[in-house]
Amino acid sequence: MTGIALLIMSALLVGLGALGCLLWALSSGQYDDLEGDAQRILIDFPEDQ
Amino acid sequence: MGAIGLSGFRPELADDPSRYLKETSAGEERFDVLVKGARCAGCIAKIERGVKAVPGVREGRLNLSTGKLVVTGKSLKPETILRYIRDLGYDAQPFDAGEMLDAGDREGRFLLRCLAVAGFATVFTMGLTDAIWYGGGDLGGEARRNFFWLAGAVAIPATFYSGQPFFRAAWRSIRAGRAGMDVPISLALILSLGMSIYQTATDGAHTYFDASVMLTFLLLIGRYLDHRLRDRARGAARHLLAMQTLLVRRQAPDGTIQTVPARELMPDDMVMLASGDRAPVNGVLADRGTELDLSLVTGEVLPQAVAQGAVVQAGSVVTGMPVLLRATARVEDSLIADLARLLEAGQQVRNRYVRLADRAARAYVPGVFILSLAVMAGWLIAGAPLATAVTSAITILIITCPCALGLAVPAVQVVATGRLFRKGVFVKSGDALERLAQIEKVVFDKTGTLTVGNPVLCDRERIAPQILNRAARLARASRHPLACALAEAAGPGEAAGDVREVAGSGLERGTGADLERLGSAGWCGAENPGAVQLWYRHGSEAPVGFRFEDRIRPDARALVRDLEAKGLSVEMLTGDVPLIAARIAEEAGIAEWQAAVRPEQKARHLEALANAKIRTLMVGDGLNDAAALAMAHVSIAPGTAADISQKASDMVLRGGDLMPIAEAITVARKARRLVLENFALALAYNLTAIPMAALGMVTPLIAAATMAGSSLLVTLNALRLMGGGKT
Repeated sequence: MTGIALLIMSALLVGLGALGCLLWALSSGQYDDLEGDAQRILIDFPEDQ
Repeated sequence: MGAIGLSGFRPELADDPSRYLKETSAGEERFDVLVKGARCAGCIAKIERGVKAVPGVREGRLNLSTGKLVVTGKSLKPETILRYIRDLGYDAQPFDAGEMLDAGDREGRFLLRCLAVAGFATVFTMGLTDAIWYGGGDLGGEARRNFFWLAGAVAIPATFYSGQPFFRAAWRSIRAGRAGMDVPISLALILSLGMSIYQTATDGAHTYFDASVMLTFLLLIGRYLDHRLRDRARGAARHLLAMQTLLVRRQAPDGTIQTVPARELMPDDMVMLASGDRAPVNGVLADRGTELDLSLVTGEVLPQAVAQGAVVQAGSVVTGMPVLLRATARVEDSLIADLARLLEAGQQVRNRYVRLADRAARAYVPGVFILSLAVMAGWLIAGAPLATAVTSAITILIITCPCALGLAVPAVQVVATGRLFRKGVFVKSGDALERLAQIEKVVFDKTGTLTVGNPVLCDRERIAPQILNRAARLARASRHPLACALAEAAGPGEAAGDVREVAGSGLERGTGADLERLGSAGWCGAENPGAVQLWYRHGSEAPVGFRFEDRIRPDARALVRDLEAKGLSVEMLTGDVPLIAARIAEEAGIAEWQAAVRPEQKARHLEALANAKIRTLMVGDGLNDAAALAMAHVSIAPGTAADISQKASDMVLRGGDLMPIAEAITVARKARRLVLENFALALAYNLTAIPMAALGMVTPLIAAATMAGSSLLVTLNALRLMGGGKT
């Protein structure tokens, strides 16, 4: 029984952690321009080379 | 007419840059620019690097979805930044419409956050409780109750957090005395939580913690899709807001020039208009004559020469010499403002349209409440204990919660607008599709809609090639529409170097016997010019005339035939003269047409059609069509249309093809059929679920399975619109 309780609690923690990550990503603007981010990967940055 | 979009406005910001600069928390300055025309990674790189090269700029970041470029740095010069971006080939406007847009963004982000919380809670709660529904017999009462409490501990706060959009909307509609879909939704959510707590506390078998979070999750998906559609519509409205923050150069009596917002102009103020500027207010030319492009006002393609003292209407674009305009009216009394008011009136007419989903809700909501009361009464009459009766009534409310109904419309509309977007039609609102499916008649504007809107040389066979080439050498030095058309007809070649532009007359080079002139009939010494617009004369040779005509779009005829095959009647309204109208109508295969129609007559014609209960699609592009577009049941504007016309219409075409209009009607009709099918599916689900719930046979497992199942079903049904092939 303690095994189950531990497992459930850790599942809850992992889930909450993932949720927290998503909420952070949302509020830090990472979902504001999905179209632009998809295109940006194609840009070569000469200053990086 | 595409050349004169927003670019007609060139706000000079030098005098008052602070109007558009905001201070950031890091102590830097921030300048928001609306960039039009950026599409790809190359555009992003070009614009961001270009802006970075401007002195003072630390960083520029372009949001491709919204077209908003945020420039940060120290002591920014807005005017320089705008010029840099324009030099790169993109249209740029200072962004001053922040309030409204940010509100939209916040709302969308909040919905996403709710969605994330509800999604997490759904998975977690189902993991706990569904284990019990399947193999729960093995669990002892104590463990089982702990499982339920734990599920509740996650589900209750999650439902209250992510159910906020529904609770708020329900509260609003209750206060307004209306019963929207949100009332039964909120009630079902709260009651299912309450009943689950009661069941857990009394060691009952049926808790609905998982059902309540899943309900929230599924409903939020529909709500978010709907929000995305509306947000796009708001994005389109932004461009008009940018237009209204126009700045103009006013000349004070002592000759100094100030930059002021156009709305502060008073009658008798002097406004300086450079070539390319659009007149912000009605007025008269104070210092000299010039040439005006009236295409947005009257739909006429060719610039008109006007003399000093001539009356100029707001919206006209100066294409000739820079002039001083003496204002005769304020902005709100000028032509554009008149149109804006007409637009508003039209939009109010349109707001009377009741969306399919709302019509469904009106029938659905009272029905569900009456039903659940009837079931409760039935159990009590049959002598069942109060707890059983209340449980059954609540189960009905939970199971009939319009989950599938909430998805039925937005799912279809998102798929439909996505498909149309790929075909080159930008749909601004979901209910525009519903209205488009109902039309019986299509009314076209001529210039710029059925036709290309640019003059094309029409009698080149008659003209000797060497004369055409010599004339083209002159023409390439000018940006006058006729000169451009001539240069295009002659093909690529070199431009003459020493060309002088004589305002109101034309172009000339050389002297004496080698004098070459390209311009108006009188200036080139042509007699009996007739309908020939442009003349060329070399020395003492006889002048040669070039005749230009507007050309019909290549797919106009096919479109008209397609529309008629769909059972729609087609009509053409134009402000042009009957002779040209008759030719274009014949070429397009339109039997019913009217020529020499003024803008207000167009709008009245559309109103008359609406009063006769004929639902009409209006397709038009000019400023003169804007009122008619707003008045029509539904309207489409080509992508080259005036901004105000794009604002007034429900859909905007990308590119120069007309055929997407036929596609849009096909998709709209299919979408309507799918929405009705989805309603039928949701109804069928309820018809099977309600009797079971009334008899107390619904277990939480069945509730969860059927709710998810019906939502999945309507979504899959909506996806059928995606493939579709060619129809």
